[in-house]
Amino acid sequence: MFSFIIRRLAVAIPTLLVLLILSFYLMQFAPGGPFTSERPLPPQVLANIEAKYGLDQPTWKQLLSYITGIVTEFDFGPSYKYKDRTVNDIIAQGFPVTLTYGTIAFALAIIVGGALGIAAAIRQNTWLDYFAVGFTIGAQVLPNFVMAPILILIFTLWLGLLPGGGWNGGQWNHVIMPVIALSTSYMASVARLTRSSMLEVLRSNFIRTARAKGLPENVIIWRHALKPAILPVVSYLGPAFVAMVTGSFIIDSIFSTGGIGYFYVNAAFNRDYAVMMGLTFLLGSMTILFNMVVDILYAWIDPKIRL
Amino acid sequence: MTNVTLNPQQPKTAEMAQRMDEVKGRSLWADARTRFLRNKAAMVSLVVLVLVAGFAFFGHALSPWDNETIDWDVLGNVKEMGKPSLANGHFFGFDDSGRDLYNRVVQGTRISLMVGVVGALIAVFVGTTYGAVAGFIGGRVDNAMMRFVDIAMSIPYMFVLILLLVVFGRSIGMLFVGIGLTAWLDMSRIVRGQTLSIKNKEFIEAAVATGVPWFTIIRRHVVPNLLGVVVVYATLLVPQMILTESFISFLGLGVQEPLTSWGALISEGTSTMGYGTLWQLFFPLGFFVISIFAFFFIGDGLRDALDPKDR
Repeated sequence: MFSFIIRRLAVAIPTLLVLLILSFYLMQFAPGGPFTSERPLPPQVLANIEAKYGLDQPTWKQLLSYITGIVTEFDFGPSYKYKDRTVNDIIAQGFPVTLTYGTIAFALAIIVGGALGIAAAIRQNTWLDYFAVGFTIGAQVLPNFVMAPILILIFTLWLGLLPGGGWNGGQWNHVIMPVIALSTSYMASVARLTRSSMLEVLRSNFIRTARAKGLPENVIIWRHALKPAILPVVSYLGPAFVAMVTGSFIIDSIFSTGGIGYFYVNAAFNRDYAVMMGLTFLLGSMTILFNMVVDILYAWIDPKIRL
Repeated sequence: MTNVTLNPQQPKTAEMAQRMDEVKGRSLWADARTRFLRNKAAMVSLVVLVLVAGFAFFGHALSPWDNETIDWDVLGNVKEMGKPSLANGHFFGFDDSGRDLYNRVVQGTRISLMVGVVGALIAVFVGTTYGAVAGFIGGRVDNAMMRFVDIAMSIPYMFVLILLLVVFGRSIGMLFVGIGLTAWLDMSRIVRGQTLSIKNKEFIEAAVATGVPWFTIIRRHVVPNLLGVVVVYATLLVPQMILTESFISFLGLGVQEPLTSWGALISEGTSTMGYGTLWQLFFPLGFFVISIFAFFFIGDGLRDALDPKDR
């Protein structure tokens, strides 16, 4: 187990470095610096600003100081567009919001999706099963950028029940629609995966043995069938987490929740390279680490997998 | 003497050979075709998709308007005057800038389908070549090539895609490159796995023994045997490409005006739905949902038809 973690880290750390260096050099290629504006600045002013942000140094030096800044002090540097804010400020402001609705959506997708999948498998070919199958098929074509406008249309414009946007400190009625919009299609994927793997497990020999020796049905399901059936869901956790992170781009831009996605997309439009790079690195490293954790979890649940 | 005994046999052998042919006629592909034709959902989806494609290619011809002209009378009062109407030829009404929405949807459908199909083709071509070469050569080369895929896969691609679009400008070309850059990775893994099992078969050994160059072996003997898997995966790749493109275009980072796509149109419709111009959301959304559905059903149908496990 320990050597497995070490080996996974040995891949994860170079990947992070590749991501960081790739984004850094891509930014160097970009036409037009962050201080290019409609009115050209006088050369001295521009030189002063560039000196302030360290842009007059050679590229490799900038990269080096950027990496040391992140590693030693967790400092992502200043924003190029918002003069009074650093990237750390932006992360501190947006991250808790994204984390709140993201975690709820993530949990909802796994718990509700998993429960639906298990229930559908146990009661195969009943109305519950048909509902689950219909839901999983329907939700394939309802990615977050389709769900979100439909939800706003129904609950804000037609019924007037929920506010169409804003965060308001995470009040429940502001959280509910972002969570549903973000989680629906992943809930469906989890339900589909759980259903099919549960069906497969329930047909296997060791379950037949369990039935033959007269175990009650709920013991069979909860103690024997659940663990092997949940495996594909575990391997889906990684992609679901990535989806939660990238989904926040859409959620923040439709619901104006002010999460990290809002700043990312805004930075993309404003060419605020410092913010883009910082957020790319932060979200990217979270993704990579999370995938690693999922791999370890997977190996822990399934002893057949060699570490 | 010999002629007399042989002659009556000859038509018989020919007849037998013919009969053998008839029985043999159920090849893998013919078998798959019958299974696919029997799958109702997939057949309906195929018809729907042909209709959508026809709409994309010939839709302009059905409308008296085009996708660029701005009707200045309607602009500013789209809610009242821009409603869909068969009478004035604006079948889907107007968009928020006073342009004919029907023709905008035709244009968006064309671009979305193009991104999906071309993106999938790029991914299939690159991924198949890469995976087949890695699997066929094997050893250290395979190891290095697949380690590269591992690393590239663990990079969160949406960030890289957005970075590329920001740095090199937002254009369809860049979108293709960005989407294609990541989509081939999965393909190459699948193809490599299949190649590994094919390469130890006797007919490959025979080809090696007769001195066929390795790349010709891959092209003539390995790739044709991979085709089933590749086709299934490619059909499922198309809707994923369209989803990615729509996601990016919805954010405003993808296809730019005056061009448009489903994602961009849905985004426009979303931003104006508060004004009561719901047709601007529903028409592109409808086309998007129906087409993605159709692609998924066809992909599933093909998988059922071509899956050797199911035979």
